[in-house]
Amino acid sequence: MTPGPRADEGTTLRVAVDRARCCGSGNCVLAVPEVFEQDDADGLVLLRDPAPRAALRERLDRAVDLCPAGAIRVG
Amino acid sequence: MTQSTKTELPQWPPVNSARSPFTPLDDAERQRYVGPVTRVLLPTGATAWLVSRHTDVRQLLRHPAFSSDLSRPGFPLLRPLPPEATRNSEGTFIQLDGDAHFRLRRMLTAEFMIKNVRRIEPLIAQTVDEALADLAAAGAPADLVSTFALPMPSKVICHLLGVPYADHDFFQSRSRVLLDRGTSPEEIQHTVGELRDYLRALIDRKRVRLDEADDLLIRLIRERVEPGELGVDELVGMALLLLIAGHETTANMIGLSVLLLTRHPEQYALLRDRPELAAGLVDELLRYLSIVRTGLLRVATEDVEIGGRLIRAGEGAIVLIALANRDAEVFDEPDGFDPYRQAHRHLAFGFGMHQCIGQPLARAELRIALVELARRFPDLRVTADPQELSTRDNSIVFGLDALPVTW
Ligand code: SF4
Repeated sequence: MTPGPRADEGTTLRVAVDRARCCGSGNCVLAVPEVFEQDDADGLVLLRDPAPRAALRERLDRAVDLCPAGAIRVG
Repeated sequence: MTQSTKTELPQWPPVNSARSPFTPLDDAERQRYVGPVTRVLLPTGATAWLVSRHTDVRQLLRHPAFSSDLSRPGFPLLRPLPPEATRNSEGTFIQLDGDAHFRLRRMLTAEFMIKNVRRIEPLIAQTVDEALADLAAAGAPADLVSTFALPMPSKVICHLLGVPYADHDFFQSRSRVLLDRGTSPEEIQHTVGELRDYLRALIDRKRVRLDEADDLLIRLIRERVEPGELGVDELVGMALLLLIAGHETTANMIGLSVLLLTRHPEQYALLRDRPELAAGLVDELLRYLSIVRTGLLRVATEDVEIGGRLIRAGEGAIVLIALANRDAEVFDEPDGFDPYRQAHRHLAFGFGMHQCIGQPLARAELRIALVELARRFPDLRVTADPQELSTRDNSIVFGLDALPVTW
């Protein structure tokens, strides 16, 4: 990997969701469809990718900000 | 607090018929209400806290110590409610807290999730098409509210729930009565009773023919009522809530949006030429128009500090999403309408566990309705001055009574 400002692009993040808190607003799905989806059975959040690439950081932060229930963590 | 200091408090909601339909509060009013948490006098004679900054509103709406239960002492009512309010509200989960709220809401989250709304987009498009054909057939000049803005979302929610649209005059007129802040407790009681009786009879009819159709009410009867998980009165309340919220809010958003867009012809043309920008434009319309203007109501169940003020257990709070959506800390030049701004942090659908469950549906309806209108009626013009239009100042959901247009 080349050092410099783009060095983190190959790394991954850790995302966790708390389905017990989720109220199914779907804001996370709008913000990062690559990472979040809604469960067919109950409409609550499901993680498609718990270790997305770091390039998605900005949109993941948006998902955290827009989640009305505080159900998303990004590490 | 003594009577003499109470009368010096500003009144909420304010009365000003001269305000532009695009302005939640005029400048003088903003001086009185915006800023750190302030205390106001309600029409019932009670006092409450007014919370209007974006960060305070989000903190409060997400805090578990603020209750939506209007039967709790201290709840900041904007009009007196009938004594039977609690029984009337069975199933109305927007008035419930915690697990009681979640239990009912979660029976609906799959129904309104994004992929289900995508599945019904063809139905929305078809309904929009038919309503626009009616508008064309009515010929110019026409009233856009009664020919398009109101029937379109009414038909969609009727179709989803399985309520006969033929009854629209009945439930539309009753919805308006219930949303009017001037409605007396007796009239609320009577009107809720009429709507509940109507929906109860509809549900009873569906219960004996469960295999003949598939709609949201039938699914809830089959999957929740029959196994004993959901009471029929609760289902009646849920249906009532979805029916009213499903048509009034979207209808008012469409009317006001068209009024605004016809004053920004370049934005209106853009909807037609670049429909992929419509989703962003819809968010800006939701922010800018913020039709739930009188506020969301909560009562504190514990002492909580919001915006540097201690709100004590038993005190009411009125949450002004319309002002939070014009908070300069979050939105540059917040009083300007700018479809290119990133407006996604708006709070038009509320925040916290009660955030509007129908928002994917509302977004899809607004987007499809506005794009198709711009495509089919590129020369649409409003024939009245915005100041002359009759606005619904006394309603919990702000909007236009009528919008005369020509093309
Ligand atoms: S944004 Fe939050 S509440 Fe909404 S679906 Fe995603 S996790 Fe659930």
